[in-house]
Amino acid sequence: MGTFHSDKGALHGITVVVRTNTNAVYIGRCDTQTPTGIFLNDADRHEDGQDGKSIEDYIKNAAQWGHWPKIPHIVVPADEITEVVRLVEVEK
Amino acid sequence: MPYPEEMVAPMRAELTDNGVEELRTAEAVKEFLERNKDKSAMIVLNSVCGCAAGAARPGILLSLGGDTKPDAVGTVFAGNDVDAVNYVRSLVPQAPPSSPSVYMFKKGEPAAYVPRHVFEGGHPEAVAEHLRGAYAKLS
Repeated sequence: MGTFHSDKGALHGITVVVRTNTNAVYIGRCDTQTPTGIFLNDADRHEDGQDGKSIEDYIKNAAQWGHWPKIPHIVVPADEITEVVRLVEVEK
Repeated sequence: MPYPEEMVAPMRAELTDNGVEELRTAEAVKEFLERNKDKSAMIVLNSVCGCAAGAARPGILLSLGGDTKPDAVGTVFAGNDVDAVNYVRSLVPQAPPSSPSVYMFKKGEPAAYVPRHVFEGGHPEAVAEHLRGAYAKLS
């Protein structure tokens, strides 16, 4: 079950983890997914080792407590994306 | 600026008409926690968003129908009960502001937290199951 905007895709309004082929991961509320990439609102970006946290530690912490929305809007390019999962599906 | 009360009143009532205690001020939250400091307690941070309507409120009410549940349940409303919401959030500072969300307390101390992303796009039954798992750890 998504939100009321059925034309925006199943992940619209859902907080997702976007893994990439770079050293960064993104967590944010999905707006839309297009061939260009994934559009996130209220997002955060974490680089491996940033603030002493690995990407996995960062994701687990976000799954337990939520994420701090530091980036109002961002597009993660499709050619960087390796996986998109709902944050609620991440094991804490 | 707070949401118009006439807009949020039905959203408050969905919980308060079903036995959830309304906590409009920081003082009310403190008194609620003090009164229940020897028990388990839960505070629902209610909100106007769609996942509160579609998943959080119905899931919470469904979860409270079981035998295992917090001894006391209160609610504050994001965007309206500003001081009350800020006080509740201050009790779990590691959690980013998130609504709807649920805070659980055991003997007056924070014991569990359920952030907004648990409710997003969820079915009430799944939310209730998630919450029941947390309730079991409160007893």
